[in-house]
Amino acid sequence: MNTKYDSSNARRKEKIGFAALTVLSTLTVLPIIAILIFILIQGMPTVTWEFLTGFPREGMRAGGIFPAIVGTFYLTIGTALFSIPPGIAAAIYLSEYAPDKGFTRAIRIAMINLAGIPSVVYGLFGLGVFVIFLQFGTSILAASLTLSIMTLPVIISTAEEAMRAVPQSFRLISISVGATKWETIWKIVLPQSLPGIITGIILGLQRAAGETAPILFTGAAFFLPQMPKSPMDATMALPYHLFVISTQVPGMPIQIQYGTVLVLLGFVLSMEILATVIRSRARAKRQW
Amino acid sequence: MVMNADPQEKILIKDLTLRYSDGNESLRNINLSIKANAVNVLFGPANGGKSTLLRTLNRLNDLTDVKELQGEVWFNGRNLLEPDVDVIELRRKIGIVFSRPVVLPMTIFENISYGLILSGIRNRITLKERVQEALEQAVLWDEVYDRLDTPAADLSGGQKQRLCLARSLALKPDVIMLDEPTSALDPVSTTNIEDLLQRIKKEITIILAPHNTQQAARMADYAAFFLQGELIEWGDGNQIFAMPRNKKTQEYIEGRFG
Repeated sequence: MNTKYDSSNARRKEKIGFAALTVLSTLTVLPIIAILIFILIQGMPTVTWEFLTGFPREGMRAGGIFPAIVGTFYLTIGTALFSIPPGIAAAIYLSEYAPDKGFTRAIRIAMINLAGIPSVVYGLFGLGVFVIFLQFGTSILAASLTLSIMTLPVIISTAEEAMRAVPQSFRLISISVGATKWETIWKIVLPQSLPGIITGIILGLQRAAGETAPILFTGAAFFLPQMPKSPMDATMALPYHLFVISTQVPGMPIQIQYGTVLVLLGFVLSMEILATVIRSRARAKRQW
Repeated sequence: MVMNADPQEKILIKDLTLRYSDGNESLRNINLSIKANAVNVLFGPANGGKSTLLRTLNRLNDLTDVKELQGEVWFNGRNLLEPDVDVIELRRKIGIVFSRPVVLPMTIFENISYGLILSGIRNRITLKERVQEALEQAVLWDEVYDRLDTPAADLSGGQKQRLCLARSLALKPDVIMLDEPTSALDPVSTTNIEDLLQRIKKEITIILAPHNTQQAARMADYAAFFLQGELIEWGDGNQIFAMPRNKKTQEYIEGRFG
């Protein structure tokens, strides 16, 4: 029996392993990059100033997508308004006040499950509660509230995570020099977890901005000849507009679809990049 | 009470019993007098109840799951275990420094002004004076006066611990408690801290839980030996370390267990 340790075999195995991993990871990234490049090439010529600022014409077969862009903007603002304050409040409660008992754990599990509910279910929920029961009608208000309910679990769990990551010792020090619990949260925990909270908010809103199903029954309009004037009006929105021009309008020029996809993607991706920048900057500056 | 009237007594602990919900480290029937303007050393093996006692004296134990708390702790004419005691004010009067030198994620200046601002001092000039005063007291001023606006995290371990001390001193406490303050420090920094404690004890009562017996013997004006939640023996530092009355104290000091 050869007792001398021979590492060449192990090294060969390692090389094969690494090669396989490289190939696999390239394969997974490749389609994403391909899609991005394809959309960029196809959509770029369509995305002109006129396309971004004009109204749709000729049954949406020509003209711009301005109302849809503004609509998505409104919906995102509305969602932010309704989801950020209660989201952060809930995260503070869960991270700082809630005792680690069965009830709190049940809330956390419920939240994880909420994040897994198909978005069309949120849409139907919004239709039942906001549009019909609360009589908000098909409106920006109803759609924003529906999107908020979908976004809340994301904001709550990321914000809670960010607050829990703040070292316990900071809280103890703060209390020991005469801070109340609330002063400690306000002056130590929140500032230290803010980048994480903002990242969570952006990621939640970004998802809301790109969703079609939740606004389908609650606030999105097929086509509107003018801009919405109040939160009680329905609105056009990018994802729904895309759905409409891709499936509901015969004889639709494909360029307009690519252009719309590019704008929606740009909107969502820029939010994602913003979140990444905030996160990496905060990480570089962090002192713990 | 044997050693009551002389010298002056700062804190009087009477029949203090404490048990945590998880059954961990507790205190059994502690009777102890903390002397003013002296270094009061609490020593003994780990899990003896020293940290628990310190955390009880400024009510940091309010944050912990305490199952049972009995007895009295008299300080400035009040039993500070009573529920209506203003714990915020109490924590300004009885400061604490922990073994790990944790600085807040702020500048050096902000680390010290943090507690001052919370206590209601808003005036920039007053703040600056108090910060300087505290840093001088903690013998840190000469090393940091030109970089008060840099992150405290950049300081060395010994400097951080002196900053922690300054942070407590800034509030002008009556008592300062130190829980193994030099356990994470090198010998030079340890000596610095010990010297500085000996200097400030003229103005402030010090309660020190050292991490080893040598430090306990060096520092103690008064000493109390804790073993498994019980106060075995307490009294004059020289007497305790030179000729302890209790056999267990003697065995511990001689290093036969610990």
